[in-house]
Amino acid sequence: MPFVGGLVVPGHPQVLLAPEQNAGWGALNAALTHARGFLDRVGAEVLVFYSTRWPSVIGHQVQADPEPVWTHVDQEFHELGSIDYRFRVDADYAAAYVRAAQRRGLHARTVSYHGFPIDTGSIVACKLLNPDNARPVTMTSCNMYADRGETLVLGKAAADALGDRRAVAVAVTALSNRMHTTEVAPADDRISSLKDDEWNRKILEFFGDGRLEDVSQLARQFTREANADSRFKAIWWLAAALGQHNRYAGEVLAYAPLYGTGGAVITLEPNASAALDQEFDEDDVEVYGGDRSVLAAEGAEAVGQEPAASPAPGVAKADDARVDATADTAPKPVGAYPHARRAGPFLYLSGVGPRQPVTDAIPGGPVWDEDGVTLDYDTEAQTRAVLENVKRILEQSGASLEQVCDVTCFLIDMERDFATFNRVYAEVLGPVGPTRTTVEVRSLPTPIAVELKVVALIS
Amino acid sequence: MGEIVAGMLAPHPPHLVYAENAPQNEPRSEGGWEVLRWGYERARKSLEDRPYDAIVVHSPHWRTTVGHHFLGVPHFESLSVDPVFPNLFRYRYALDVDVALSEAICDEAAAAGLTTKMMRNPQFRVDYGTITSCHLVRPEWDIPIVCISSNRAYYTFSNDVGEAQMVALGEATRRAIAASGKRVLLLASNSLSHRHFTEEPELPEDMSCEHVYNHNQYLWDMRVLGHMRAGRSRQLLDEMPDFIEQAVSECKEGSLTWLIAALGFPEYPAEVHGYGNVIGTGNAVVEWDPRRGGA
Repeated sequence: MPFVGGLVVPGHPQVLLAPEQNAGWGALNAALTHARGFLDRVGAEVLVFYSTRWPSVIGHQVQADPEPVWTHVDQEFHELGSIDYRFRVDADYAAAYVRAAQRRGLHARTVSYHGFPIDTGSIVACKLLNPDNARPVTMTSCNMYADRGETLVLGKAAADALGDRRAVAVAVTALSNRMHTTEVAPADDRISSLKDDEWNRKILEFFGDGRLEDVSQLARQFTREANADSRFKAIWWLAAALGQHNRYAGEVLAYAPLYGTGGAVITLEPNASAALDQEFDEDDVEVYGGDRSVLAAEGAEAVGQEPAASPAPGVAKADDARVDATADTAPKPVGAYPHARRAGPFLYLSGVGPRQPVTDAIPGGPVWDEDGVTLDYDTEAQTRAVLENVKRILEQSGASLEQVCDVTCFLIDMERDFATFNRVYAEVLGPVGPTRTTVEVRSLPTPIAVELKVVALIS
Repeated sequence: MGEIVAGMLAPHPPHLVYAENAPQNEPRSEGGWEVLRWGYERARKSLEDRPYDAIVVHSPHWRTTVGHHFLGVPHFESLSVDPVFPNLFRYRYALDVDVALSEAICDEAAAAGLTTKMMRNPQFRVDYGTITSCHLVRPEWDIPIVCISSNRAYYTFSNDVGEAQMVALGEATRRAIAASGKRVLLLASNSLSHRHFTEEPELPEDMSCEHVYNHNQYLWDMRVLGHMRAGRSRQLLDEMPDFIEQAVSECKEGSLTWLIAALGFPEYPAEVHGYGNVIGTGNAVVEWDPRRGGA
């Protein structure tokens, strides 16, 4: 299930601890309180936070302590007082989120340690949006080295992991981010410059029109012009988590200065009739393949495997990428090829038919006999056998059906077989949802009617 | 008349406390980073002949934008969990603060035109950088500390503006110590080059995976250490903005510049007790002994 909505919220402690000291801080506090109604309306069951105020270095971290408890004091505005918290964390989702991130090539880990310092931003947002812990939450760090591609992939992983949860993604971020550098009386707080204020208002127009992907595409420019908070990574994450389009109903509930920065509370609800998607300039990224493998040897295998040691001179390097399934797992290849091969984060399977391991029997019968005479055959039985072979080869390769991301289907008789094939396929791979292409071919190398070419994303 | 008994560059990778298996730290290791830890051992030995009443530490991991903040509560006791390496550092600390000296430096810096603030919230959690550096230099925790936050002027404005602020803060620190009548050890809690690896091996202390992030960082680290060993602190500060930019140096947090200014821009050689890499960053334990300068 995709995210059912998104929120942009500020992370400064004034909103929680001192709303009475400044009208704008009070308005932001009221807007966060009001946003609880939005969460009710979209039926949110889980809140997933990404906070620019939780920096990380080793990839991304996801909070997985089921019940973190502490008394927090902000390192900058400690005079505002302490914040006691006890949150309810969806640790299962956190673990699934990390696995999904790893499948997409990211380095990620859960954190579950008593006393782990949850950041002010996540705390403020969680306390105001979810005061009675009615909804479980989790929090995500903002990697200090991550750029757009890595952050997009992280957002997609957040969506991958949802399962049947109805979740809202919450980006904890300022807009413009030039804080005052001297003490300012609360009553005198203002956006640090007119230019920053004008840029914030322009961005808020886009948000108000539900144009989340347009804002994501503008993040670099906004950062240059108004020193966006952490290069506006939180918006990259949010846009990717929510599907990278502009089809939202957006509402800006409040906008106000927060010690010179721009603070806003914005709701985004999927809405098919909202602003149209235009042509986007920035590339999209599905899998992270950046420079993070600094510990691995050149050309080492996919993430998750030990890097191969350099071979001694004159010794051939082992072909660790090749997977030859055992004879009792998959049918013997009919040519010079392996059952599967790893390449980067992907596992490519050679074409898989219904022939049975060891016996070479074809469930549902062959489509022609030894003399080339056409025979009747059972499409359903062949399709089920193909899918079972695919499953076994994946498992022998250390993967699973859930990791299949793309399938090419070959049928020898589209008109006769498609409906049955489609029904059986839907039972097995429909819930996984890989992309699919189905074509009719005149024949296949053995007397079979169905063959699949499968690609899985394994790390 | 107070005096600075020594100034030390005392970086704070939590890996060093982890590798030592300090009793206060929960995670256990098989060792690691020994050469750098031996550097700290030499530094501790070197300080044995100089008693001191307080440790003043400038910490990159207490980050403030609105001025320079100072711990202002006499005693702190809590659990410190590193937000970046929680797998390595979960440390129970109990420490005393020399609040009088803290206030004196804070006031002197304010008089010099800097924005300053005392931190009076007793529930404040002391940053792990301060704890790591103090532990490695004085594991007995029997000397009160003063902790100064790292102001973000370098980030908000420029490296040059940041440098100017840290020189002013260092000079104010020097004046306040002189007026205090106390013997003080100064610690600058920062690494040199500071580009991290963004992955860590399954066994964090696997030293076969440890090296400087790139050769450029190594060249810069050696150049900077060369200036220290030759007493060229003015030249070091002249080059600091470039070092920060080109080696992604943690000197951008201001600690080293503060230290050099507080020491009075020493022209005597510093002693490099050790250099090593921690998750790709360059770290040196360096001591300035004012007696070498005739003080």
